[in-house]
Amino acid sequence: MVTYIVRRVLLMIPTIFLISILTFFVIELPPGDFASRYAEALQAQGLDFDDEVLEGFRELYHLNDPTIIRYFKWIGGFLTGDLGYSIEHRRPVAEVLGERMVLTVVLSLVSLLFTWVVSFPIGVYSAVRQYSFGDYFWTVIGFLGLAIPNFLLALVLMFVISKYFGGAIGGLFSREYQDAAWSIGKVLDLFRNIWIPVIVVGTASTAGLIRVLRANLLDELKRPYVELARAKGLTERKLIIKYPLRIAINPFLSSVGWVLPGLISGAVITAIVLDLPTAGPLYLRSIRAEDMSLAGTFMMFLAMLTVVGTLISDILLAIADPRIRYD
Amino acid sequence: MATASGPVLFQEERVQSTYDASQWRLMRISFARHKLAVVGAVVVVLGYFIALFAEFVAPYDPGAITFVSPARSNQLIPPKLPRIVHPDGGLRWFFVHPLVEMRDQETLMVTYPEDTSVSYPIRLFVRGAPYKLFGFIRSDIHLWGVADGRAYDDPEKVRLHLFGTDQKSRDVFSRILHGTRISLSIGLLGVAMQFVLAIVFGTISGYFSGPLDNAIQRLIEVLTSVPTLPLWMVLSISIPQSWPVIRVFFAITIILSLLSWPGLARQVRGKVLSLRETEYVVSARLDNAPTSRIMFIHLIPGLMSHLIASLTLAIPGTILGETSLSFLGLGLHEPAISWGVLLQDAQQLRTILFAPWLMIPVIPVILFILAFNFVGDGLRDAADPYKS
Repeated sequence: MVTYIVRRVLLMIPTIFLISILTFFVIELPPGDFASRYAEALQAQGLDFDDEVLEGFRELYHLNDPTIIRYFKWIGGFLTGDLGYSIEHRRPVAEVLGERMVLTVVLSLVSLLFTWVVSFPIGVYSAVRQYSFGDYFWTVIGFLGLAIPNFLLALVLMFVISKYFGGAIGGLFSREYQDAAWSIGKVLDLFRNIWIPVIVVGTASTAGLIRVLRANLLDELKRPYVELARAKGLTERKLIIKYPLRIAINPFLSSVGWVLPGLISGAVITAIVLDLPTAGPLYLRSIRAEDMSLAGTFMMFLAMLTVVGTLISDILLAIADPRIRYD
Repeated sequence: MATASGPVLFQEERVQSTYDASQWRLMRISFARHKLAVVGAVVVVLGYFIALFAEFVAPYDPGAITFVSPARSNQLIPPKLPRIVHPDGGLRWFFVHPLVEMRDQETLMVTYPEDTSVSYPIRLFVRGAPYKLFGFIRSDIHLWGVADGRAYDDPEKVRLHLFGTDQKSRDVFSRILHGTRISLSIGLLGVAMQFVLAIVFGTISGYFSGPLDNAIQRLIEVLTSVPTLPLWMVLSISIPQSWPVIRVFFAITIILSLLSWPGLARQVRGKVLSLRETEYVVSARLDNAPTSRIMFIHLIPGLMSHLIASLTLAIPGTILGETSLSFLGLGLHEPAISWGVLLQDAQQLRTILFAPWLMIPVIPVILFILAFNFVGDGLRDAADPYKS
C-alpha cells in the first residue's frame, strides 16, 4: 500500500510538469501581449501614448524575453512559492488570487459534500425501490439535472429569486460583510449565502452520481450472495448496508477524481454568471487582458487540485476494495 | 432478466422470432424497446430537419431587423400565442390581433396592447421575406405566417412573434430555429473529430502496448487533468476577432474536440485490449495477417457499436461547450446565430427581469441535451444485443 502511494505520488511529478508546459504555452497562444492589450484599451478610451512608453513597459515586465526563458522563470518561481506578479492588478498574484482561491476551494468542497449527501440516499432508495414512484421521480429529476447546464440553471434561479422572492442573489456575502475582514460573523454569512451557488454547481454531478450508484447497486442486488444473505435471515436494511452497498460505493470514491474537477471547472462559469468573489470571474478578466501570471497560476492550481483529487480517490478505492491491485 | 418471470409460452415465442435475427436486427429491436430513446431519436431527427430547412420553417428573417418605422420600433415585444376564441365569442381557426405600439406617458415604457377590432388568420405556406435555401433555391414561401395582405417589409405588417422580439426587433422564434443550424452541427462535427482522434490514439495505445501506449496514456492523463472549461476559454480567446463566422465556427469546433477525445480514447483502448485477446484476433495474428488488416477488419468494427453509443453521449458536451463559450462572449459572435449567441442577450439580470423571454433559448439547449442522452442510452443498450 505504501509503495503504491509513493509510486503514484512520484508519477504525479512528470504529469504536473507536462501540465505546466501545456498551461504556459496555451496561455501564451493569443496574439499580442499584455502591453498591446493595454494599448488597445487606452486607445479605445481615446488616450494617446508613445510606442516608447509601451516598449519601456515591456522591458519592465520582461515581456520581450524569449518564451522559454519566461516559462522557466515562471515555473521556477512557482517551485519556490513565488507565484509571480499580476501586471493587470499591479500586485503579486498570491495576493490577488489568495482569498478568491480559498473561496473557490470552499465552494467546491461544500458542493462535493452536497453532491454526496444528496445523491447517496437517493441513489440507494432508487435502487432498492426500483420502478417505484420515487424511483421514477428521481430519475426524471436526475436527467433534468444532468441536462441543465449549470450556468443556465444559475440564470434561471437568479431570475426566479429576484422576480418572485425580491431578494437579489449573486455574491457569497451580504452587503455588510462584503469588504469586512474575516470574522465568525462573516463565515456564518458565507454559509447563509453559499447554498444557491452550491445547488447550481452541484446539481449535475449529483444527478450523475445518483445514476451511477443506482445502476451499480442494482447490478449487485442481483448477485447470488445477496440471495444467500437474505436466505440466512438477515434484515433487509442490514443486508444492503453490509454487502452490496460496500461494492456499489466504489464509484462514489472514484468520484472525488472526476466530480471535483467538474465542480471546479463548472464553478468557473457559474461564478461568472452569479458574480461570485471566487477565482472564476478574475480568470476570465485575466485571460482577456493576457495577464499571464494570474491566468497561468489559476490554471495550474485547478490542474493540481484535479491531480491530487484523482490520487485521493485512487487511494480511497484501494482501501475500500481490497480486490483492486496496486501494480 | 425481467422476462424470466414472464409466462413460458411468451418466452418461447420471443426466442423463436429473434433466434435467427441478424445482429443489426437485434440491435434495432433492442433500441425500439427503449421508449425514451425512440422519443429522443424523433426529437433529434426533427432538430436536424429544422436545421436544414430553417429558412422555410422560420416565419421571419432571423438576422435583419424586422422592418421598423419611427412609429414602430418593434423592440422587445412580449411573446404571443395565436388565438382561437374570437371577441364575438365564436371559435375560429388560429388568428392574431395586430399589436399597437404605445409609449406610456409616465414611465416612457413601450407597451404592445392588442387591437381587438381587427383579426388576421394564420395560414400555412405564406409568402414572406425572400431567401435562398441551401444557397441556391430562391423562394419566399414560409411554412406559416400571418395573412394580412401586406408586403413583408411593410412596418405595419402584422406579425406573430411566438417568443417575442429582442432588443434589435428581431423575432426570437425564428432566431432559435436558425440557431439549430450552428448549435446542432457543431455537435456532429466536433464528435466526428473526436471520433477520429479517439480511434487513432485508442487503437494504437491498446494494440501496441509498451512505450507508445505509455506515452499516449500520459498525454491523456495530462489532458484530462486540466479543467476543460478554463482551457477552452483560453484557447478560444486566441481566435482573432476579425475572422469570418465560418472560420470561427471551425476553430471553436476544433478547440472543443481537442480536449474531449481522451475519455473516448480510453474506452477504445480498453475495448481493444479485451478484443486483442479474443480467439478471432489471435488466430488472425497467427495467420500472419498484417497489422493494418487486423486493425481495420477485426478490431475497429468490433468496437464500432460501443463507440457510436459513446459518441452520441459526447454530442451534448460539445453543444454545451459552444453554448457556454458563446454565452461568455468567447465563442461565436453576431452575426452568427447559435443558442449561445442568443443567450448572450440574457446575461444581464436587468434585461431578463424586463424581458424574460430572452431566456427561451435555454429550452432547446436542454431539450436536445436530453434527447441525445436518451438516444445514447438506447444505443448503448442496443450496442450489445446479446447481453441479457
